[in-house]
Amino acid sequence: MIYLRLFLEFFFTGLFSVGGGLATLPFLYDMSERTGWFTSSQLADMIAVSESTPGPIGVNMATYVGYTAGGIPGAVIATLGLICPAIVIIMVIAKVLETFRNNKTVDSVFYGLRPCSVALIASAGFLVIKMALFNVEKFVSTGVLMSLFNFKAIALAAVLLVLTRWVKQTKNLHPIVFISLSALAGIIFKF
Amino acid sequence: MNKLIQLFLSFSRIGVMTFGGGYAMIPMLEKELVEKKHWVSEEELLDYYAVGQCTPGIIAVNTATFVGHKTAGVWGGIFATLGVVFPSLIIITLIAAVLTNFADIPAVKCAFAGIRVCVCVLIFNAVVKLWKKAVTDKATLTIFLAVFLMSVFFDMSPVFFVLVSGICGVMVTNMGGRDK
Repeated sequence: MIYLRLFLEFFFTGLFSVGGGLATLPFLYDMSERTGWFTSSQLADMIAVSESTPGPIGVNMATYVGYTAGGIPGAVIATLGLICPAIVIIMVIAKVLETFRNNKTVDSVFYGLRPCSVALIASAGFLVIKMALFNVEKFVSTGVLMSLFNFKAIALAAVLLVLTRWVKQTKNLHPIVFISLSALAGIIFKF
Repeated sequence: MNKLIQLFLSFSRIGVMTFGGGYAMIPMLEKELVEKKHWVSEEELLDYYAVGQCTPGIIAVNTATFVGHKTAGVWGGIFATLGVVFPSLIIITLIAAVLTNFADIPAVKCAFAGIRVCVCVLIFNAVVKLWKKAVTDKATLTIFLAVFLMSVFFDMSPVFFVLVSGICGVMVTNMGGRDK
């Protein structure tokens, strides 16, 4: 019964992968070896597609693997399997937090967690900046300082920064507007 | 009932607009949930995000369940979560069925290189905004700098940072190092 196996495989992936979508990858490599549902080179394609489509990467991966292994029902079942443990665990935590919301210790835990959260988001942002605006590898291999900067990307980032922060008419527009414009700019100026 | 549909639709929108993983979702969450719907505050969003880092599962899904539960109970949590995965199901199934070489199309590659630049700016703006809510005194500034530098320079699990920061929060408060 492939559907039951798909559900269970993804249920356990969801249960044991802590720290975001990419944490599911080791489980998926292991799954490819054990089940033969997909090869590791197919998995590489799936990662590329998951990263270049909207949606959380972990969910995209589950849908893709599920579809490859069991068609449309497979895609639905794998995705549901992945999110099931999280729904249950988070609901329990949310209930507990609701009860202890005004507890002094809980309050001081979150006082320490908030700057940590912002720092984790900032460091994720730092990685994207490094990848999108700079060519670190090219700079290291050629040693030419000018090759470090991805000028087209930096110019676009500067324009976006001004539009989202300082221009009164545009700064409150929905982020999707800027994402669409950037996709367009990427195609027109061949990023 | 109405609220459940609203949750589903809001999170579907967030799912469609998130490019590149959970952290790219923060600007969207901020816009949709805090500014437009007022379902949660910026502080709550940060709390959920921190808890979502160290509990099993995808961070985007964890955050959706949290916000949904806070807004409309157990069913709210379920509808918000189904909302956030719904667009992926449709888009990925379509691509898997007809466009297996989707990621190799030159125009797709260029578009995503452009989107990545935009994600940089959006995350930067989100960090500036959330910073004001989270970094309120010397102790929180120290936590921010320590976690940021360590996670940039060493490949360490976010779980570790979350646990240590929580403990620091309790210690600083108990020793009276917290500005009121």
